[in-house]
Amino acid sequence: MTWAVARFTFREAVRKKVLLGALVLSVGFLVVYALGAQLSYNDFAIHNPTMRGPAGVGSLKPVIASALSLAGLYVVNFLAGALAIFTAVGTIASEIDSGTLHAILPKPIHRRDVVLGKWLGYAIMLVIYLALMATGVLLIIYVTWGQAQPQPLLGMALMSLSTLLLLSLTILGGTVFGVLANGIVVFMLYGVGLMGGFVEQIGKLLSNDTMVNVGIVTSLIIPSDVLWKMASYVMQSQALLAQAVTTPFFGSSAPSSAMIVYAIVYTAVAVVLAVLIFNRRDL
Amino acid sequence: MDWAAAPAVETVGLRKVFGSKVAVDSLTLTVERGEVFGFLGPNGAGKTTAIKMLMGLVQPTAGQARILGRPVTDLSMRRHIGFLPEHFRFHDWLQATEFLDWHGELYGMSPAERRKRIPEVLAAVGLADVPHQRLHTFSKGMLQRIGLAQALLNHPAVVFLDEPTSALDPLGRRDVRDLIKQVKAEGVTVFLNSHLLSEIEMVCDRVAIIDHGRVVSQGRLNDLLASQLEVDLRVEGLSAEGLAALQALSASLSVTGDRLQAAVRQEEDIPRLVEAVVSSGAHLYELTPRRRSLEDLFVRVIEEAER
Repeated sequence: MTWAVARFTFREAVRKKVLLGALVLSVGFLVVYALGAQLSYNDFAIHNPTMRGPAGVGSLKPVIASALSLAGLYVVNFLAGALAIFTAVGTIASEIDSGTLHAILPKPIHRRDVVLGKWLGYAIMLVIYLALMATGVLLIIYVTWGQAQPQPLLGMALMSLSTLLLLSLTILGGTVFGVLANGIVVFMLYGVGLMGGFVEQIGKLLSNDTMVNVGIVTSLIIPSDVLWKMASYVMQSQALLAQAVTTPFFGSSAPSSAMIVYAIVYTAVAVVLAVLIFNRRDL
Repeated sequence: MDWAAAPAVETVGLRKVFGSKVAVDSLTLTVERGEVFGFLGPNGAGKTTAIKMLMGLVQPTAGQARILGRPVTDLSMRRHIGFLPEHFRFHDWLQATEFLDWHGELYGMSPAERRKRIPEVLAAVGLADVPHQRLHTFSKGMLQRIGLAQALLNHPAVVFLDEPTSALDPLGRRDVRDLIKQVKAEGVTVFLNSHLLSEIEMVCDRVAIIDHGRVVSQGRLNDLLASQLEVDLRVEGLSAEGLAALQALSASLSVTGDRLQAAVRQEEDIPRLVEAVVSSGAHLYELTPRRRSLEDLFVRVIEEAER
């Protein structure tokens, strides 16, 4: 029955034009991005036809292409996270309020089928969205700058994990809070994660251990941003890595497998908690 | 199937407390197979909470509830029940047929069963001509009809209807009454919660009246109403012995000249009244039985319970 609920959830997203709306606007984003990529390449090629950087840097082309692709992926990652929160925010809370679930749950299905099915339906939608968009960004840079970025699949897998983590947290929130409270709580947490990531990167830049520790604690509370940092690290070209630039947006150190395991466990625990809480709730 | 002989619904000391508020105190009732059971009570008596406990939506604080002899959480049992919730909103982006197909899938019905059954239930609730209309264009009455179709889709052994006619006009109500009679004829047990006492009176075999989460009166509708049976008589030449005989037969008797008003305990006592009058040598000119309505019974029972 989990699969039946998942298919229904996906169908609902399609029929309510959630996926369509997201895709149409995202295509708009890709068009603007492609224009920017093409125009910046033209400009760069006119002013620096040899593509040489300062002495010792070699060609600037892979550096700039990689930075541009990361900027695009950063937005894609942000949009996917926001899409996860907005699509799932009302899913259980509003269906309790409206009584939709009152006609569903007396049927011969487990309550966990509802939670897991909704999770799976949204997860499929979000991963498709993320894969399409990230592929679009990478293709645009490949076509305009002639540069492919490394490890696209690993990078997309890490971005997907970040998105699914937010989805799980939102579904967990839906079993506890009302729609509005859930939206606020999860979106704020998302913001805290982003800010924690900034603080950590700036702390690294300034060699300030306290700031770095704040960042680490934040990424334990909500590991969505640290997953993006890892994804952006693995998708950077060697040329950009060699510059050893630290920005608040991209990761500058190799992913830690402990953190990946932590994020997977975090996601699973959120889903299991959602099932347990929903099982006990009076509707 | 081993549940074939079990009562349709059986609760023992069913109780639900929300915080400090007792919603259902101690509900004990039995609904036999094949009957139409009316579940009555004033607002806030705990009816909806009781039904939610039967449907597994609310967990009881104490007590037991069984449907078809199985615990209410038993999934194999739930294939054989139908439920129309009081406040419902369905997925209104679906067409009528898609909606029923989805609910059929939730019941575990095969695609072939669904294809065969959906047109049948749409016809039964009078929606045969709008199979491809989306639910968000439906009127309230049509939504209630599609809700009924959803509750009857799986050929349930027991169907729970929580206020099934609240959004319907008088014609729609008559349709639903006919539908209830029809499914009863097919052997389906109907558990009916309604505010409309006249409706309950027309379709129910047995009723339970609950107040403050307890059953205050329960029984066959005819018996309960018979306890409310009154007879007007006009008698001439009634002797003292004759009067005493009538008093012995009545729950109460009042005399105004040659007119008497007797409350009897059962319908069979009416011919006995006639015999008593005749054998005492008096003349009986007029006898009019007056049946009290369910509304009278309801008001009296609730007033007594509140006292």
